[in-house]
Amino acid sequence: MASDAMDIDGSSPEALRAFYNRLYPFPSIYKWLNQNDQAPSRLFTHREFAFTLPGDIYLRYQSFKDEKEFKAQVLRHVPTRFEIGPQYTFRPRDKKTAKPGTFNPLARELVFDIDMTDYDPIRTCCTDAGICKRCWGFIAAAVHVLEDSIRDQYGYEHLLWVYSGRRGIHLWISDWGAMELSDELRKAIVGWLTVVLPGKDSGKKVNVRSHSKSLPPSIGAVIGHLAEVFDELILETQDVFASTEGYEALLALIPDAALVHTLRSKWVADPSRPSTDKWQDLRQLVKNHKQKALLKSAMEDIVLQYTYPRLDAEVSKHRNHLLKAPFCVHPKTNRICVPVDPKTVDDFDPDEVPTVGQLLLELNNAGKDSAAEDEWKKTSLAPYVEMLEAHTAAIIESKRAIKQEKNGMSW
Amino acid sequence: MFKSSHLPLEHADKKSWASGGASSSSPMEYPTPLNFYEKPPMFDVKLEQFEQSALDRLRILAEIESCSARGRPWDETKRIVSTLCQKHLRLSSNTAGGDLGIMDTQKEDERRKDHLSHFVLRLAFCRTEDLRQRFITAESTLFRCRFEEATPAERTLLYESRDFKWVKVDDVEKKSLEANLRATLTGFKNIAEQNDAWDRDAFYKVQWSQVPQLVEHRRVFLKKGWAYVPARQQSAIVFREFEVHLRQALNMTNRAMPQMDEDTRLTPIIDHLSQGFLAGVASDWQYEEGDDTTKLRAEQVDEYAKKHWPLCMRSIHDQLKKDHHVKHYGRLYYTLFLKGMKLDINEAIAFWKKSFQGGKVTEDKFNKEYRYNIRHTYGQEGKRANYQAKTCVALLTGDAEYGCPYRFLAPESLQTRLQISYADQGLQSSDIHEILNNKKGSHFNIACTRVFEITHAKYVKKGEGLGQSETVTHPNLYAERSIEFETKKEGPTKVTSKQEDDDLEGIIMQVD
Repeated sequence: MASDAMDIDGSSPEALRAFYNRLYPFPSIYKWLNQNDQAPSRLFTHREFAFTLPGDIYLRYQSFKDEKEFKAQVLRHVPTRFEIGPQYTFRPRDKKTAKPGTFNPLARELVFDIDMTDYDPIRTCCTDAGICKRCWGFIAAAVHVLEDSIRDQYGYEHLLWVYSGRRGIHLWISDWGAMELSDELRKAIVGWLTVVLPGKDSGKKVNVRSHSKSLPPSIGAVIGHLAEVFDELILETQDVFASTEGYEALLALIPDAALVHTLRSKWVADPSRPSTDKWQDLRQLVKNHKQKALLKSAMEDIVLQYTYPRLDAEVSKHRNHLLKAPFCVHPKTNRICVPVDPKTVDDFDPDEVPTVGQLLLELNNAGKDSAAEDEWKKTSLAPYVEMLEAHTAAIIESKRAIKQEKNGMSW
Repeated sequence: MFKSSHLPLEHADKKSWASGGASSSSPMEYPTPLNFYEKPPMFDVKLEQFEQSALDRLRILAEIESCSARGRPWDETKRIVSTLCQKHLRLSSNTAGGDLGIMDTQKEDERRKDHLSHFVLRLAFCRTEDLRQRFITAESTLFRCRFEEATPAERTLLYESRDFKWVKVDDVEKKSLEANLRATLTGFKNIAEQNDAWDRDAFYKVQWSQVPQLVEHRRVFLKKGWAYVPARQQSAIVFREFEVHLRQALNMTNRAMPQMDEDTRLTPIIDHLSQGFLAGVASDWQYEEGDDTTKLRAEQVDEYAKKHWPLCMRSIHDQLKKDHHVKHYGRLYYTLFLKGMKLDINEAIAFWKKSFQGGKVTEDKFNKEYRYNIRHTYGQEGKRANYQAKTCVALLTGDAEYGCPYRFLAPESLQTRLQISYADQGLQSSDIHEILNNKKGSHFNIACTRVFEITHAKYVKKGEGLGQSETVTHPNLYAERSIEFETKKEGPTKVTSKQEDDDLEGIIMQVD
């Protein structure tokens, strides 16, 4: 528990070293990146790692010949965190000896990054770095939408969700079809999944109805679910339209001046009227309005604007973008970047994610009876490492199946 | 000294395209004007054809790049490209019949030239990633223009000519996905039209990565990695495949290039071609010859320079007036330019002699050294070559002191020079920013074209360039157009004779 963890200062370099030495699941990370539990492949040996050291020192283009060297180098530098990049045409550490123009990224997990700060204009509970159970709802909604879209529309199967340690979540997709996507194709997926235009300013940010009145099928497929999220999260939990600022932002999205006027008069007289009631007011007026179809579309767009996943597009578009490795420690919260099961993402509580201090304490309490291997098994890190192990096993299994199918064909 | 530089490639005689000794080929060698350029040309060609066909194609690709740099809408780009193709790289439709005088053999020749020129330019543009990307973009645009102009029958022939890896969606599946698929049929006036399209049009399944643009803009339905493309968007699959195929081909050509270098005849031609594309222009503007009447007199040059010369020549002229001297390349470029403006040999000697007066060069020295060089430049001495005025390509890649000022001057100097030269012709300081931006983006010829538009605002609007949306590709073209606009406006009596007016029309016909 958090109070016990006070005995160990999780943010000290010693704690970090102990964490890397005894708990960080190097074998699991290695297998996951290598997509193979045998000898190191180029997916691992030609892969870029980047270390962040205290004092804003950034070591790029690190690469390792095997799992052993990987762990040794991490222990040598004790980075506050490290990031994973693509497999390059050469070993990244030999970058300087490559001919100009020949050092290029080849393959890389398709990644997505969702960060709470992109929801700052709409969330009412926290701002900036803060996150609580109440605003996790936005992340959970995003996970559901992306899970469905990517599995159903793109047919990818090997999705790993990882808590970013503070206020966001990362998605790593390891299907071979996704690994080898060019930057251009990654950009196309990002375009497909971008519904809310980025930017801090308010106003209408959803424009998905080109040439037609109805929603594109991919968005139509999730609007029902998002409407529920909207009722629970936006209207009840967050009560977004309770403030003057909040309901003015809503009114700005309604394309009928008379209607806006009616609503504003009503709400000015009773500003604290709950969001649910205000949304009901709008719904009533639209029901009998002669522009019903137009306004219903506008309401759908409002639901999307408040609930559809907001992606950090740049992270996904480029193969050479670096993304923090799973199981790193977040330097501010000391929490571990653990995998998240999308099936139970709604119940995920960021405050319950283990911290370095807590894990080291658990380790101390467990005593030294068993072997030094897999010490994570004795801590609350265990279920998370097992999640990654199962994920990797599925990747390896489907690679094997594809290989067998190919061999069978050539027979 | 006026050196005799190596013979510029623009000299190549513009002979009509003749079938390159492949008269035995069957008329079905090119069943359609649409070519995916999968097989290299296997017929014999003359070196001259090799080069001329590539220059003609390059001119079109350069204009495509220019359209894109100027942000022209697609319809306009298509019109410009189509007009230019008619002149330099015509590809007649299968249906273009005998009444137009287009014979099958002529169509074959056109298609053979198209085929050859594409492969020649591949050699020139395979060598760096930047060149490859630009070539792919320009070629894809050209292909798209032609595809849109092609008849349905010709498109069908193309579809059948190769495997586009699409699967036609059968009726059962189409029916089962009706709501999702219908939602991608957009842009109809009413539901009846959409129903009609739904009943008539087929859908094709492809891997989503074959149509990234349709995916990015959510114009298709996606399921398990398959994109369902409506027939009306089928062309997107073709365009994408064209790009992907060309990219692979260029990479392969690049790897094979070391063996190519053995042919010493081709290497200089290929180098020259890629240089021209790098400069953003492919110019072989040529002036009419054979008229002995004096078109421009020495004493008119000063007035014309102020009114009509592009910045490169204006700069040389101003320096000459100020210092009574310019160095070698300044003399070479300006003599050839003035020759192109129909300043004849005697007038030229008079002009240069007068310009040097007051400087260090004595009349004796002038007669001994400079006179010979001017005569040489006019083809009257030495090997008597008929040198052409330098093109924008030559000036862009030439001498830094006298070459293209948009390329070689630092932004601050260019700004000053522009203001000194054109302030009294309507150039405002507010225009400078845009021109410097063009310079920054290496669109030097567009910067120059923009200056023409600004200083000739009476005659052309923004975007019209030298008229008919043409970009500056040659200093003489700039000057000719400037004179032409003024003459048309003020009538031919003032500075030119009726005769010259006719000739100018002739030139315009040629460069259009």
